[in-house]
Amino acid sequence: MSTYTAITDADREAMLAAIGLADTDELFAAIPAALRLGRPLDLPPGQPEQDVYAHLRELAARNVSAEDEITFLGGGMYDHYVPALIDMLMSRSEFLTPYTPYQPEVSQGGLQVMFEYQTAISELTALPVANASVYEGPSALASAGYLAKLVNGRPRLVVSAGVHPHAIETLRTYAQGFGAEVVEVALRDGATDLDAWRAAIDDETGAVFFANPNFLGAVEDAEALAAAAGGGTGDERSRPVVIASYDPITLGILKPPGECGVDVCVGEGQPLGNRLDFGGPSFGFFAATEAYLRRMPGRIAGETVDADGRRGFVLTLQTREQHIRREKATSNICTAQALNALGGVVYLAWLGRRGIVELGELLLQRTHYAREALCAIDGVEPLHRRPVIREFAVTLPEWAPVDDVVERCAAEGVNPGLALPEHNGLLVAITEQRSRADIDRLAAVLADAVAEQAGKREMTGASNGRH
Amino acid sequence: MAATETPLQGETIETIYEKGAPGRRAFVAPELDVPQVDGLLPDELRRAEGPRLPELSEPEIVRHYVRLSKRNFDLDSGFYPLGSCTMKHNPRLHERVAALPGHARLHPFQHPKRAQGALELMWNLERALGEISGLPHVSLQPSAGSHGELAGVLLAKAYHADRGETRTKVLTPDTAHGTNPATVTMAGLEVVKVGTNADGGVDLDDLRAKAGEDVACLMLTNPNTLGVFDANIEEIARIVHDVGAVLYYDGANLNAIMGITRPGDMGFDIVHFNLHKSFTQPHGGGGPGSGPIAVSERMEPYLMNPRIVRDDDGSFDLRDVSEKSIGRLRGFQGNYGCFVRSYAYIRSLGAEGLKDASVSAVLNANYLLARLGDVAEHLPLAYGRLCMHEFVLSGAPMKRELGIKTLDLAKRLLDHGYHPPTVYFPLLVDEALLIEPTETETRETLDGFADAIKTILAEAAEDPEIARTAPHTTPVRRLDEAGAAKRPVIRQPM
Repeated sequence: MSTYTAITDADREAMLAAIGLADTDELFAAIPAALRLGRPLDLPPGQPEQDVYAHLRELAARNVSAEDEITFLGGGMYDHYVPALIDMLMSRSEFLTPYTPYQPEVSQGGLQVMFEYQTAISELTALPVANASVYEGPSALASAGYLAKLVNGRPRLVVSAGVHPHAIETLRTYAQGFGAEVVEVALRDGATDLDAWRAAIDDETGAVFFANPNFLGAVEDAEALAAAAGGGTGDERSRPVVIASYDPITLGILKPPGECGVDVCVGEGQPLGNRLDFGGPSFGFFAATEAYLRRMPGRIAGETVDADGRRGFVLTLQTREQHIRREKATSNICTAQALNALGGVVYLAWLGRRGIVELGELLLQRTHYAREALCAIDGVEPLHRRPVIREFAVTLPEWAPVDDVVERCAAEGVNPGLALPEHNGLLVAITEQRSRADIDRLAAVLADAVAEQAGKREMTGASNGRH
Repeated sequence: MAATETPLQGETIETIYEKGAPGRRAFVAPELDVPQVDGLLPDELRRAEGPRLPELSEPEIVRHYVRLSKRNFDLDSGFYPLGSCTMKHNPRLHERVAALPGHARLHPFQHPKRAQGALELMWNLERALGEISGLPHVSLQPSAGSHGELAGVLLAKAYHADRGETRTKVLTPDTAHGTNPATVTMAGLEVVKVGTNADGGVDLDDLRAKAGEDVACLMLTNPNTLGVFDANIEEIARIVHDVGAVLYYDGANLNAIMGITRPGDMGFDIVHFNLHKSFTQPHGGGGPGSGPIAVSERMEPYLMNPRIVRDDDGSFDLRDVSEKSIGRLRGFQGNYGCFVRSYAYIRSLGAEGLKDASVSAVLNANYLLARLGDVAEHLPLAYGRLCMHEFVLSGAPMKRELGIKTLDLAKRLLDHGYHPPTVYFPLLVDEALLIEPTETETRETLDGFADAIKTILAEAAEDPEIARTAPHTTPVRRLDEAGAAKRPVIRQPM
């Protein structure tokens, strides 16, 4: 079957003769006989390309994608439009198929992309230094926790409950490793409870973490949260590191973390020109104040000159990295997400200076409109009244269980958003792909679904009455 | 296209921030179709001035990045024998199937009932990786090999903690990938190096001396980064297990042994895969990768949540299944786009094809090694006579006798249109050159590469200055890396 190899029988004979062996089995003489598998792997036989395509297509057809329904799913990844030029550029062999630019003379394209990407992330976040991407949002946040460990070594990490639940779980997993305790601060009215936040921060606190907008869509008071930990001031080793996770699509209109006292800004890059891919691959971004430059995880590209004095780019500050520093490295990250970061920087160039602001304004207006439309439904209430930019949470009446409501909407071809079972609520995400007509349809379908549950309750009540 | 043919040699390229003009744009926002409401975002939460992103038309953006792309060497254009990276061919079928909307536009929070195709694909991939590794329980979650390593070491730590033991040390051979020791530190444990014997394997006496009750695990790759299969692996496993430690397999070199031998059968408890190596992903200039792990029965309770489960009715679900789990290593389900590609690869090859891939990779490596036998006086093999899928030459005699370093040889290879092998790794070989041709190269390509090395050495015997000042035909010449690190410029000044 298709093996993507090109060794003919004649090649094999000639190659074995050159090596001085009679048989390919002799190549594996070092493997003890008892360890040889001695049977074929228990896998289906190989298939021709067209059969594999048909099988993969059949599997795809059993998923309900954003192509198949009007979806308001968000919660960390969003169905933004991916412009055609991104597909074209990301699929070019020269970007798609090389490896990490270990030989800069023949990797100038990729290195310059990294440099441009770092610049774009610095501009978005208003923080002076950025790396050339890390795996994805939640692990970027956890890596920032490890950075705090390297900076001040304090054992407590204070995290707002508004941080994405996957990021909190990831932080807890990483913290098991580097030895820190994670303390969660609850939300009040949808935003981080500032009094509890202040009370939780003490001399043992190595870092504080919040998200903006937070998991429930609320825009936080970033300056107040950062100030409580002394962010952006004084000696960074003698106070907690202020780490915030931002949705990059909101940074056209939201006050940037670098102007709010945030020391390290991380986040999920997927909204920037990357597809959903059932959760990945995408990229994480990581930006910081100058003080953290030499302790950041991952790759960094830098500008330099060649032997003729021409401008060029290289991987730089590699003495932080695992291939040089081994156990003294500032992270173990080797391969990161360069191709996905390319999608990010092309997307930002496509949006441009005005586009990212216009997109932010559009989302702000439509999100507000959607919240109003949904909360006009009898029994549906906003989960909080904080400002929202691209996502908001509502609660459903207690007699309309969220899972049943979601099911009913899905049957109408509308995915109303992410169920929040603990609130009997919904997290509803808006992108530029969800028009007013889509939002109106969501409101109509949701109203019917909720009303139907009310009807069921009455029927059940009536039936109970008869017994 | 080889680097020698690039039309862009000598051209200085501006960054995208130095191009365009105020007012130009590629994006047109959809119409504001809802009533505009003022004051939705209070001024104190608002950005005063938009971020300074570039302002260009779509044609300018396309041209800029296409020009940049031409300043890259890529696998689709030429031989890329970068040792330990397994730069095998990237089948284009994989890009086509990964781009199907049912895969590419599937939201990670889509209800499992409406993502049955994706979960079945992941389930099948887990079973296949379990069979290939001989370790039945798989999590696809880690984002890269190094991420899988972190999972593995945290798993070993959780396993010992659950048994009431505190073990603080992790053994790593001096041939290990740099990610191994870095991972150990991130997991809050201490690295203890184990030496290498004359055959290129683990020094058993050193291992016995260091294996104690305080050791959490040994991290090993077999074959190792010297291209050597450690024939003492059963004894190594015995020593490690006798002190109650866990044996961890770094799967970076799995491409040499698929269908031939299995880490689980060798006694390993945990293995990570590099899907982007053995199971073909485009390497993307440094990612995305994917680093699933497979574990034995006793490690299973600690695997990451959530897991894919198959219910009695045959349907698939995603659930947290173990209270002893180390938790989660990232958001959502892992790099699904990579799973689609590797699953397609495994379906294309099947059992027979995977084995053939490994046999061919090892055959190609040994053939290239034999072809380079002519220059062994300058570039001898560091260890052994045969190799697995890669081998290490030492440039020390070449440096001494011809006056050119391994780096010079690498740079001169660029002028011949080849991507150089890995240089100066593994660390214990002086002037190391780590060569991995992979199974997808033809005999003619290997011959051409061997001839290029011979030509460079012959040339150096006449005039070493040519290699010392190489490359001569690439878009830029040797770059000042020290200067870049001394005064870091890592963003475009605005």
